[in-house]
Amino acid sequence: MTITVKLFASYRELLGEEEILLDLEEGACVGDALSLLKLRFPVLVDQGYSPLTACNLEHVSKRHALRDGDELAIFPPVSGG
Amino acid sequence: MATSDPDLIDVVAGPIDVAGLQGAVRRNSSGAVASFVGVVRDEHQGVRVHHLVYEAYPPMAQREMRRIAAEARAQWPIDAIALVHRVGRLEIGEASVAIVVAAPHRREALEACAFAIEKLKREVPIWKKEYSADGAAWVIGDPSRS
Repeated sequence: MTITVKLFASYRELLGEEEILLDLEEGACVGDALSLLKLRFPVLVDQGYSPLTACNLEHVSKRHALRDGDELAIFPPVSGG
Repeated sequence: MATSDPDLIDVVAGPIDVAGLQGAVRRNSSGAVASFVGVVRDEHQGVRVHHLVYEAYPPMAQREMRRIAAEARAQWPIDAIALVHRVGRLEIGEASVAIVVAAPHRREALEACAFAIEKLKREVPIWKKEYSADGAAWVIGDPSRS
């Protein structure tokens, strides 16, 4: 399956991309997607904070099961206001 | 937005019209309009700030802001609520966020307004980058509060 990963704030700048298409095995979860991204972009490791994740605009945990066509957002702890 | 939805939820790229929001949320049943306006200040943790740049995930930010409005409505008898956040470059003194609540009485207007800004700062996917004499750095929120 293929998902779209959207990156925000520090993650967008670290990877130099706003959006990445990611191919994953059927049954993969959010944690699997993060592991694959860290392999491809080692700069993602050791940022001193963990990424927050949202799937199709809803906050999800690392165990959330992904489906083909999902939009997975990865972002740092929020700092608006 | 459904025409039956009286709440004003937006992520905007230009200046926030606070007076316009105060007029828009008021109903004839409203005896109080409470407003919170967050503005860019010139200092953060001892460092002189030159300007800020805000970034949002707009569709999710609007969804989260709409949820906060619904939660406020469920807790207080309010007439209408506006939550508007600005993105892009903001100079010192410019408004980054406005929460405006109209209600029959001041207590629920003030309480719902305080509730909404606290929730927005903890939960809505918006980030700020500080530009100072030391360079530029993303402000990382407290992950335990997200």
